[in-house]
Amino acid sequence: MHLGIFLEQVPDGNMAWWQMLASGLGWTLATAFFAWIMAFVLGSIVGVVRTTDNHWAVRIGDAYVELFRNIPLIVQFFIWYFVVPGLVLAVKRWVVTLDPTQHQFVTAVICLGFFTSARIAEQVRSGIQSLSRGQRNAGYALGLTQTQTYRFVLLPMAYRIIIPPLTSEIMNLIKNTAVAYSIGLVELFFRTREMAEMTFRYFDAFTAATVIYVVIALTANRVMALIERRLAVPGYITGGK
Amino acid sequence: MIGDLDFEVIGRSLPYLLRGLQYTVQLTVVAALGGTFFGTLLAMARLSSFRPVSLTAAGYVNLMRSVPLLLVIFWFYFLAPVIVQSVMGWERPPQIGAERSAYITFIMFEAAYFCEIMRAGIQSISKGQVGAAFALGLNYWQAMKLVILPQAFRNMLPVLLTQTIVLFQDVSLVSLLNVTDFVGASVKIAQRDSRVVEMYAFVAVVYFILCYSLSTLVKQLQRRIAIIH
Amino acid sequence: MSCISRLFLACIACTGLAFPSYAEELTGTLKKIKETGAITVGHRESSIPFSYLDDQQRPIGYAMDLCMKIVDAVKTELKMPDLKVNLQPVTSSNRIPLLQNGTIDLECGSTTNSVQRQQQVSFGPTYFVINVTAAVKKSSKINSLADLNGKTISTTSGTTSVPLLKTYEKTQNAEIKEIYGKDHAESFLLMADDRSAAFVMDDILLAGLIANSKSPAEYKIIPESLRQEPYSMMLRKDDPQFKSLVDKTISGVMKSGEIEKIYAKWFTSSVPPKGINLNFPMTPAIREAFKNPNDKGV
Repeated sequence: MHLGIFLEQVPDGNMAWWQMLASGLGWTLATAFFAWIMAFVLGSIVGVVRTTDNHWAVRIGDAYVELFRNIPLIVQFFIWYFVVPGLVLAVKRWVVTLDPTQHQFVTAVICLGFFTSARIAEQVRSGIQSLSRGQRNAGYALGLTQTQTYRFVLLPMAYRIIIPPLTSEIMNLIKNTAVAYSIGLVELFFRTREMAEMTFRYFDAFTAATVIYVVIALTANRVMALIERRLAVPGYITGGK
Repeated sequence: MIGDLDFEVIGRSLPYLLRGLQYTVQLTVVAALGGTFFGTLLAMARLSSFRPVSLTAAGYVNLMRSVPLLLVIFWFYFLAPVIVQSVMGWERPPQIGAERSAYITFIMFEAAYFCEIMRAGIQSISKGQVGAAFALGLNYWQAMKLVILPQAFRNMLPVLLTQTIVLFQDVSLVSLLNVTDFVGASVKIAQRDSRVVEMYAFVAVVYFILCYSLSTLVKQLQRRIAIIH
Repeated sequence: MSCISRLFLACIACTGLAFPSYAEELTGTLKKIKETGAITVGHRESSIPFSYLDDQQRPIGYAMDLCMKIVDAVKTELKMPDLKVNLQPVTSSNRIPLLQNGTIDLECGSTTNSVQRQQQVSFGPTYFVINVTAAVKKSSKINSLADLNGKTISTTSGTTSVPLLKTYEKTQNAEIKEIYGKDHAESFLLMADDRSAAFVMDDILLAGLIANSKSPAEYKIIPESLRQEPYSMMLRKDDPQFKSLVDKTISGVMKSGEIEKIYAKWFTSSVPPKGINLNFPMTPAIREAFKNPNDKGV
């Protein structure tokens, strides 16, 4: 490996290659961050809905999860990027006013947000259902409403239980941002390929990207483990899945 | 806008699309079988009491699981031939080609995921059974082959199949290497005939129907197997 | 890692470092072809009319015709009439690594012979000369390259247009936003779909894409040039035997006048799949390239 290549200037640009990769990493993390917030909120709502007693709500929640789980991610990207603006004139009118980078970013966040939310919904549902029925009944017996039971009894435990699967969802999400390269988002994988193509240093560029992804994965893992320990309820084993 | 759509493009290019779908299915099946085979070996290596073996296997699995599949696909496609050449000391890089490269990539990549499933499967078998097998005079390989692995497979079958459905979807990423899988075929038709909306919507519907039916089947299977415990 | 990396770099240049003064012992690509009994030709899928897929998804085009001349010459040279010809689709961004890693032996498409690329690969004689320019919608009110300032344009990743645009932006102080398509068809679609105001690419490819689009009358090509570039087939570097075979064969086609027929077939007659005539007669630069075959890059 010749590390010097990373200090070399991008032809006709104002940056060195390492800065180019760093900016790609920035887009990767920003995309993953916003998509995660969206996925967490939507996934929690859908997951909770699927554990309620309302049959219709459960069915809609199930359909939501099945829809986003049974279509390949790259096809979902094409749907959001090409099909939705192609079918809905209002969306089309809006996206052509956007800066292309903004458009790609928004599309990637929405696409990954929905995709990941279905997976989180599944985790939230199984987390809540893994709690004994007695907890829910205890909540009702105390005079709590359904909302209050979820808010103060079920969800705090369920979230703790599902921290390990959520950790792998975060890591999946970060890895999945690479697919956004298919719509031209200038994230880490896009920049890696660009560097390889322009300098012909495929080995160096791909090695750098691999190292960066591994470091992200390790960091995400550590951070989540720390959160898990911080939030542990004394005397209650969490993460024993 | 809607009136502008022309779904006939699908009918016209159906044979080409079906050939793409056939490749997708083929690649999925081969990668699932190969991945299960190597994944099982990896799982046994990970559970080995000989540290260098278990650490190497763990390192491989963790590496594969922390990088995006796309990056792995590109590694294999562009660099595997030259790496093989330099390791083997051959005069020229082996000619692998996009489609064969895809087979190798997916087997190697899925092995890491199937390894984790099989590891859980092997660990789900009680220690007593292992002891019993050894007491009967079986050696390690016999105990694995005759006692542990058949049960581990059985217990893990639904999970293995679910992972295979995920794999079936992931295979679509090879379209970015210009391989004509189902997605690749539809992208080419979509761009040639400027029928992006129709083609991509069609692909999404087909995948949904296939994956949803398969996962429903797996769920039924799971219910039947579950009684055994 | 550094060891593998060095080996990797070494083997890029390894295919034929020996200089055979006598054509008795085969080296490089010819040796490979002889031993494996097959040659793999890399082709494009939407570089009309150089190298693209017809209705049966078979690669055809001007560059493919020329490459088949080389394949024939290889058959004769190696006395292998049954030589197997594999066809491998490539894109702008993977053609060079695939040539280097031995996946393809010869690339027949619309590749600019550039000095930068010559450090990685080798080129046959120039068989076409293009101008890099932009295709726009007639309704867009863009009439010159200067009008692109402040607009979003699409181009294909891995092409020479990418660095060219960046230089243009810098020297002209222009503010241009780029979207990258993975292949020309996608980049064109981005423009046709109003995602970008213009598609910056080689004039002849733009003409081919426009002619094959749903409504050719909607688009026009800006009559300006960012740069003139020679096209040629790509082969591995440091492979003198194969290179001289390629040069000999193609210069032969050019000098014998056979090129006129092949040129006319693809540029001034109707071509598949839609039977459109591109009406692109030989320019002085192309005529010059045929008269004095050369592999000079830009």
